[in-house]
Amino acid sequence: MAVKTFPMNDAYVGAPEKKYTLFMLMLGFIALMVGTLFGPLQSFNYGGLDLYPFLKPVFQSYYQGLTLHGVLNAIIFTQLFGQAIMVYLPARELGLKPNMTLAWVSFWMALIGLLIAALPLLGNAASVLYTFYPPLQAHWAFYVGAAIFVLSSYVSIYLALDMWARWKKANPGKITPLATYMSVTYWLMWLLASLGLVVEALFLIAWSLGLVAGVDPLLMRTLFWYTGHPIVYFWLLPAYALAYTTLPRLAGGKLVSDPLSRLVFLLFLLFSVPVGFHHQFADPGIAPYWKMIHTILTMMVAVPSLITAFTIAASLEVAGRANGGKGILGWITALPWNNPTVLAFLLGFLAFIPGGAGGMVNASFNLNQNVHNTVWIPGHFHLQVGTLVTMAAMGTAFWLIPHLTGKPLVARGLALASQWLWFLGMFIMTFALHWMGFLYAVPRRSHISGSPVAMEAFRDSAAWMVLNIVSGVILLIAAILFFYVIYATALQSRREPSQVMAEVPFSEVISKPEGSSLALLTERVWFWFGIAVVLVVLAYGPVLFQMFTNMNPVPGQRLW
Amino acid sequence: MEHNEHILERYERAWIFFGLAMITVFIILIGYMMLTMGNTNPVGAGRIDATKVRTEGNFANPRVEQVGNEYVAYVQGFSFGYLPAEMKFKAGRKVTFYITSPDVQHGFQVENTNINVQVIPGEIAKLSYTFEKPGEYRIICNEYCGIGHANMISKLIVEP
Repeated sequence: MAVKTFPMNDAYVGAPEKKYTLFMLMLGFIALMVGTLFGPLQSFNYGGLDLYPFLKPVFQSYYQGLTLHGVLNAIIFTQLFGQAIMVYLPARELGLKPNMTLAWVSFWMALIGLLIAALPLLGNAASVLYTFYPPLQAHWAFYVGAAIFVLSSYVSIYLALDMWARWKKANPGKITPLATYMSVTYWLMWLLASLGLVVEALFLIAWSLGLVAGVDPLLMRTLFWYTGHPIVYFWLLPAYALAYTTLPRLAGGKLVSDPLSRLVFLLFLLFSVPVGFHHQFADPGIAPYWKMIHTILTMMVAVPSLITAFTIAASLEVAGRANGGKGILGWITALPWNNPTVLAFLLGFLAFIPGGAGGMVNASFNLNQNVHNTVWIPGHFHLQVGTLVTMAAMGTAFWLIPHLTGKPLVARGLALASQWLWFLGMFIMTFALHWMGFLYAVPRRSHISGSPVAMEAFRDSAAWMVLNIVSGVILLIAAILFFYVIYATALQSRREPSQVMAEVPFSEVISKPEGSSLALLTERVWFWFGIAVVLVVLAYGPVLFQMFTNMNPVPGQRLW
Repeated sequence: MEHNEHILERYERAWIFFGLAMITVFIILIGYMMLTMGNTNPVGAGRIDATKVRTEGNFANPRVEQVGNEYVAYVQGFSFGYLPAEMKFKAGRKVTFYITSPDVQHGFQVENTNINVQVIPGEIAKLSYTFEKPGEYRIICNEYCGIGHANMISKLIVEP
């Protein structure tokens, strides 16, 4: 029998959006891989072990490595994952194709932006970390590249809204299907949330090109955090969308409530943005009552996550009982822990619980004083974005890459091992970081292993430092296993469409949206978007107006 | 199934109520503690030309001044250290810090206290604190400020 190998393109005839999704996803995972390889170096740093001297010919400093780690993992990977998932899910759910020309425009914008920003990053001309606070001044190419990259997400906003509008036109009066509803609210939230970063980028580009002599550091911080907090929901919501729309089915159950899931995304649309001052509690120049208002609004954003905890746990219980689990806790052991996707979500959500509790501490105006800018903070967000968001992406890749390519998952055992090790490594590391920050005031993103002064100052935390080294090794192994699995899957020549999921595993729901007054209320998306805009204007308007009309520019510095 | 759904909705409502109640309690506690238990969150005490911090005004002469029974400290956080290089206070007396930066952003965290300031060029941060326990307190820069950031650790001394 003659074996015929199909040319690459044939696999995607009739489904070009699969190819687009695959490219976005894999570009994201390549960014994640490069960024993640720097992770253990940061762990070792907080264990007092400095490996940067060995990298000297290529990477000049810890701060260059840390900038690459933060930019690639937190900005590049997360956005590309959102652009893949939150366009593909509605496309499949509605049975529509996104505008493919624009879809590829968004891919090329992301890639070109990434490459432009990569040059100064790799050349040590932009070692300003992923917060790039002025007056530290990077090479202009860093800001220009990052801006092109972020603007590519605006094309994705259009892609999702366009599909939604086409569906609405063909189905007047019907309630938007759930995954599409999540995608629409997600992209509208990002449209509102990203404005801060876009305006900041305009200032920074002009400043780095020498068109203006200085920028106001406090205004830039404020614009940064205007986007900088909601951006965490921009990272998180694709994971939530997958947890709501696919996890119950993958675990063998049903989603308990469709209307409540809509409410969650609506609350994120409303409360994600007007909360940024909780990153600026320690800043002079913003009045305490404004900070208190943002404290209250930040606490409100906990509500949709609390509802999510209930809905996902209840849906998993339904799954566990359907699988034969009995008793109060028997349903937990009855869940399919041997499915690498389900495993990744279960462990991710487990880590998310202490992460959320820590987030409440950070959001508390007074308690934040004890943890602001200590390693408690990276401890916190590695439980959130480093564990749940990343594990949701890794777990989803285990079925999505086979689904998109028709190539079955290879080395399922290694996929399972990678998730257990990732969870274990992150848990150990974040545990150590929380205590080191809270008890010993060890500062975040500080090259302590290269500084005898710092090592002497923080010697009391030596026991916790050992945990950082251990976690760095575990996470490195986890990362190697994971990337081996996905690249071996994607690059194999074997296509076995019968062995992969032909469709996205959308979950059935128990409590349906039809006839639900809550679902009807949430369906008025543009009305709620208007309310979100009003909330932002109220919570930010007066402060930003005053800052814009009283700018105090400071010249740039390069101190690395 | 119908029966289960009903129970589930009741639990769901109870959980949301619990969540909202918890958040309300937290917000009230934060407000109450900030009003009654002393508050070390820095506030703005005016603005300054960052390029002239080293040459003009109070910060050109970083110092600790004793005013009656209290202290006023004018502090510069710069890349990579603090001025005055050493500060001394008597325990039990109120200290009011004014802090700014002549170059880039820094941190000013005093270990084992609630003092934690984002030092921003162009802005003057102000906060008051009373050191009750004598001893040496490290001052730690917790905002990335360049290649020497990790070395930016100083100390202040509280005398009995």
